[in-house]
Parts: sequence; C-alpha cells; structure tokens
Amino acid sequence: MQRKKECVAMLLAGGQGSRLYALTNNIAKPAVAFGAKYRIIDFPLSNCINSGIDTVGVLTQYEPLELNEYIGNGQPWDLDRAFGGVHILSPYQAKKKSSWYEGTANAIYQNMSFMKKYNPGYVLILSGDHIYKMNYAKMLKRHIETGADCTIAAIEVPMSEASRFGILNTNDDGSIYQFEEKPKQPKSNLASMGIYIFTAEKLYKYLELDEQDPDSEKDFGKNVLPAMLNSGEKMFSYRFEGYWKDVGTISSLWESNMDLLGENPAFDVGDADWKIHSRNPLAPPEYIGMNAKVDNSMIALGCEIEGTVEHSILASNVVVEEGATVRDSVIMAGTVVRKGAVVEYSIIDENVVVEENAKVGAERGADAGIAVLGRNITIGAGATVEGGKILDKDYRGE
Amino acid sequence: MAHSTVGVIFSNIHDQNIPELSKHRTMASIPFVGRYRLVDFALSNMVNSGITTVGVVTKNNYQSLIDHLGSGKDWDLARKDGGIILLPPYSDETDAPYTTRLEALKGITGFLRHRKEDYVVISDCDGVCHMDYSEIVRFHEENRADVTMVYHREDSVESSYYITLEPDETGRIRGLKINPDVNGTGTFNLYVNVMVVRRQYLIDVIQDAVTRGFVSFGRDILTKNVDTIRIFGYEFKGYYAGITSIQKYYKHSMEMLNKEVRDELFGARDIYTKVRDSAPSKYFEGAAVKDSLISDGCIIEGTVENSILFRGVKVGKGSVVRNSIIMQDTVIESDVSLDCVITDKNVVIRDRRHLSGCAELPYFIAKGRML
Repeated sequence: MQRKKECVAMLLAGGQGSRLYALTNNIAKPAVAFGAKYRIIDFPLSNCINSGIDTVGVLTQYEPLELNEYIGNGQPWDLDRAFGGVHILSPYQAKKKSSWYEGTANAIYQNMSFMKKYNPGYVLILSGDHIYKMNYAKMLKRHIETGADCTIAAIEVPMSEASRFGILNTNDDGSIYQFEEKPKQPKSNLASMGIYIFTAEKLYKYLELDEQDPDSEKDFGKNVLPAMLNSGEKMFSYRFEGYWKDVGTISSLWESNMDLLGENPAFDVGDADWKIHSRNPLAPPEYIGMNAKVDNSMIALGCEIEGTVEHSILASNVVVEEGATVRDSVIMAGTVVRKGAVVEYSIIDENVVVEENAKVGAERGADAGIAVLGRNITIGAGATVEGGKILDKDYRGE
Repeated sequence: MAHSTVGVIFSNIHDQNIPELSKHRTMASIPFVGRYRLVDFALSNMVNSGITTVGVVTKNNYQSLIDHLGSGKDWDLARKDGGIILLPPYSDETDAPYTTRLEALKGITGFLRHRKEDYVVISDCDGVCHMDYSEIVRFHEENRADVTMVYHREDSVESSYYITLEPDETGRIRGLKINPDVNGTGTFNLYVNVMVVRRQYLIDVIQDAVTRGFVSFGRDILTKNVDTIRIFGYEFKGYYAGITSIQKYYKHSMEMLNKEVRDELFGARDIYTKVRDSAPSKYFEGAAVKDSLISDGCIIEGTVENSILFRGVKVGKGSVVRNSIIMQDTVIESDVSLDCVITDKNVVIRDRRHLSGCAELPYFIAKGRML
C-alpha cells in the first residue's frame, strides 16, 4: 500500500525582502523577528500544524542559513515526523540542469518529486511574509466541496490599495472569472492573499506547461493562475475575514507589531485555541526594576528593565538601563539601551548597543519616519540617529 | 567527563519538608522562579557538566514530574543511548516500595549495573544552585576518594533530615553527624545532598549493606564508617538556596530579585525547562510593575511590586500584588490586594479580596482554590 497525505504545504520562503533594508541584510524575510518572540515563518508553520497539515516543504534561496537553523528538525512546531514533517528545499544540482529558483512557479516545479513522494490529493501554496491566523482545513473543505481545481484565499482590501494586489473578479458563487495582477483600474477590492490550494494533478499539469512556455516569468500570479483560468479550469475564491498583514515593509512591520498591544489587540498571539508555536528563548523571567516604568508593552523573557518602556515590543534579553527610554519601538533580542539613551519610533535588530545618552529616532508623528538599526552594531555615546535613518554599521556621531 | 559520569536524581526525598507544595507533586516538580521546577536546576547542572544520562528516581505523586520531563527533549536528553530514564519504585511480592535512600538505591542497582560510566553523581532536588559537577568529579579523582560529599557553609537549617560534615585540612571527612543541633551556633558545613561516587563502588556498597540488613545510607554506612571509607568534602562556594521549608522557599524566591543572584544562576549558562509556547507577557496601559520577575504569558493591568509571577498569571485592574509569589495560571481579578501571599497553580482570587501574610509566615493558597 502506498502511503499518502491528503494535503502537502509548500511554503515559499526564498524572498529577499529588500524593502526591509538592514533587517534582511543577512537573513531571509521569513526569519525576521516579530512580536517579541516569534519569527514571521512561525505563523504559516503554526497555521499548518493547527490545521492538521503535517507535511511542509520550505523553499529557501536567499540567505537561508539562519532560517534553516531556526526550522531545524521542526520539533518546535511538532513537525518532526517519521512520514512527513517539515523539510527545507533549497535549489539543487540535477543531472541535466541546475538552476536557482526563477519565480514562484518554477520553485515549486523544481520540487515536484518532493510533493509526489507524498502522493497528495491537494497542494497548499503559502508564502512566508504574512502575519495571520488561518485554518487551512476549512479552505481545503471548501475546495473539495466546490470541486475546484484551484482555490485562492482572498481578503477585502481598501479600494485605494487594490492596485497593489492580485485582484480576483468573482461571480456570486465565489467562482473566479478574471484574475488581474496589480491592475491600474481594479474592478473589485478582493485581493489574493498568495495562498492557493490546487488539486495536485492540475498543479503538476500547469507547472509542466508553464515550464515549456519560454515567455513565462514562471510566477503563479502572473502566469500559472491566468493560464488555468484561460483554459477554463474551475477556480474559486475563498473569502478570509480576519487579521492579515503583509510585513514586507518597515512601516507595515512596525504597525503589525504594535497591533499586538492593548486590551483588545487587533491581533492576539496569546490565543489558547490557536497557539503560535516557535523556538523559545532559554531565559529566566524578565526583571522589571525598582525605578522602571513599563506601560502598554509586550516584554519577552530575560529582559532587564530599569528605565522607561512605553508602547513597545521588546524581545528576549533586551536591557533598558536606568534613565533610558524606549517609546513606540520594536527592539529585537539581546539589544542593550544604556543609561540616559532615548529610542523613539524605531525598529532595532538583534544585539545592538545604544550607548549612554545616545538618541535614536524622532518622536512619532514628527513625520520623520521609522529609524532602523541593523543587527550587531553600536551607536556611540551621545550620538544622534535621526528619525527615518537606516543604519547597518557602527555609528559614533558626527 | 562526558561519558564517564552518569547522574541520578532523587525526586521525592525531602517531600515532607514542604507539605504545602508537595502534597500533589514531587519535591522535584515544585515550581520555582516563575518558569522552572526544582528538578530543572539539578538536571541543567548535569547537562551543563556534560552528563548525558540521568536516572530520575521516583516514588509517589510523580505524574506532574512525568508530564514535566516528557521525552527529555527540552534538556537535550532525548537520546538513543541514555538521556532521561525514569526509575519508578520497583517492588515484587516481598518488597514494599522504598522508604529510605538505601532501599531506593537498591531498587536501581539494575540501572547502575547496565551503565558503563565510571562515576555517579547523585543529587536531590532541594537545592537551587549553579554547580559544575565535572569539577567535583575531578576533585574526587584527585583525592582518590570513595565518596565525595558537597557541602555549603550555612547558619541555619530547617530540614527534618540533614547531615553536617567535619573535614580535616586535606578535605577528608572525619566527622559526619545526622540532625545535630546547630541552629544558633554560627556557621556549619551543611551537606547539600550532592554526592559523587565510583559506580562500581556504589554497587558493592549497596550489595554489602543489603546482606547486612542495613536500612539507612547515612546512619548505617556513612556515619559508622567515616574512618574506613575515604569520604571527602567539597565545599561549594557559590550561591546555594536550600528549599527546606515554605519559609525558606519564600526567602530564596525573593532572593531571585537580586541581579547578582540571577546572574550567577542564569547568566553563565542555560537553565533548561519544559517549553509551553506562551506568548510574551503583556503590560496594559496603567500597569505599574516594580522590582518583580514576570514570566511569559502574564497579562498585567494592575500593580505588582517585589513579587514573582509565574507563567500565564493575570493581574486585573486596580489590584495590588506585593511581596508575593503567584504561580502558574493564577487569576487575580480586580481591586484585589495581596501582601506576602503564595498562591499555588490555578488559583482564582475574586474581586476586592484582601489577603496578607508576613515574610516569616507567608499566606499560602492551595492549588486550584477559588477565593
């Protein structure tokens, strides 16, 4: 008897994330830290395991080292399995031809044998750059019920932003009659979330056809989906209502972090019914000191706070010394803010040192934008990093 | 070192010292410093000393311990060869489960025989410290000791069973006393229930003791043969918290608010524990937290001072928690005031309750109670 999986997930994690600038100098976008203890990829991986999908191929290409190490054997997500589990799929050398992944469709095409090994009925395509909680099992159920060849998860976006997305034009029953990639004049505001379920045989067929097309950019949104629609395949939208955020830019990453705060957060990572799994820091509880003030913030294990922290997200082992202030900021693991320093409206990557009395960023609302500091750098004592500045090297001031 | 030492942890011995906390669990699984259990310290010391096989001796109430340890993966001790090996009591028609350490050791001679390591480190779970066992094994080898007992200078002890040591200038133990009246006499050498012994020697001693009908490892073997057995004392000079009563539990917990203590315990290496995948703790607008340790999953709206909050604790609006230890998933609703209180897991304290104890006698609320 051949063993099989009902559904295999393929997670596209090769993106460079160039709009995150210094934050993705050496790591792939899905490995970027989020929400004090998570990384972006924790969300699709947790969604998979919470939806009962236990076979996930993670396609990496750009700076995969840290992402590979983070995923490891998949144990933190319960994805270390004898048959299935999480597998890193990097570009590889083949007998006839070797190449980097050229577009999303080609990346999946090159890993056809991985999918076929599990003999799945359906393939779920995911990307590693969104923060959301979604039950893929419900979407799969819809896919099976409608008898679709491809189901595309879709969310309503403000009409003014619709031209940034792949837009689905649908009939009343949810079937798609037109797919427009980033249309100048969008006809609807129903945007593709980049989450597709294919009936496996159809996927294989259209990936083969796409490979043979010399003019194709080998992209799902631009090539494969339109080709399927033109050939009259049955395509349905699956409406998603809930929090979904692309964290591909500095401002959206900042906003999405801040969405975790407050009594009724826009996005709740503490939901006991839909746990977000991650690797956990090995650190004692955070210590909030004698003169500390912590207000409207999220603080991870191992932090030592003696100063003031307001409306901020602090990852594990961050130190805020006495008299220092962190406001409206996202601080990643191991960063130290020394005495008298002020950090405002900033995103600071891991293991940065902000020396005494230095100033990073400008007041939020001052119109200067978010300051960004790349990992492992030092901002010298008394130095000023202006609002909106992006630094990836040590800075001692003028 | 790595392959020459096997660890043995006694999870139940000293249970009677803290009946409040060990009624439903072993000494080993008593929660400590927000996200740990006492066994995590002994176990992490072993892992950090390069020990990869640890036998955990249990007797009763060990469901919570099994749940905590799982496969051992959180300590990197899910191994094909060795790892964590649970050693529940062994008894046949003639034997009741053990009542003394010697009987417990007799019950694990099969485990000890099957191992190949040269030495055994035996540790109880009543001590919280950062101890490098490889150094003690080296000391043991250098002195060609039969038994090395680790001691710490203390000025008071509250345990129902304890041993004091009198080493000569070479470190050899010349006197060994059980439960001597030492409180109020200044400092003394308190045996901290960590011992290094050659594996084969231990097996031989147990066999011999069984044939002679001995029952107590301390009384029948160590004290009586202090002149013939080469027992050496190793002084542990670091921070040591002996959890020997609820008062000591409270006192030592509060010491964790000192940075120096935390740096020594957690700074140089990792203390491993079971992972729960809680979200990071959240502080709402108006929260006021001072001089406290807060664990993951906490949600704080009120005031918390000089306290330790375990995982998943909620402190509601207008509530004030001072000088208290609040264990896992306790819910403190609104306008509550707590001072010198210890709540066990899953306690619920309703609106407007006011409870207080004192440092000498903290007010204890048992697991799952609703007030």
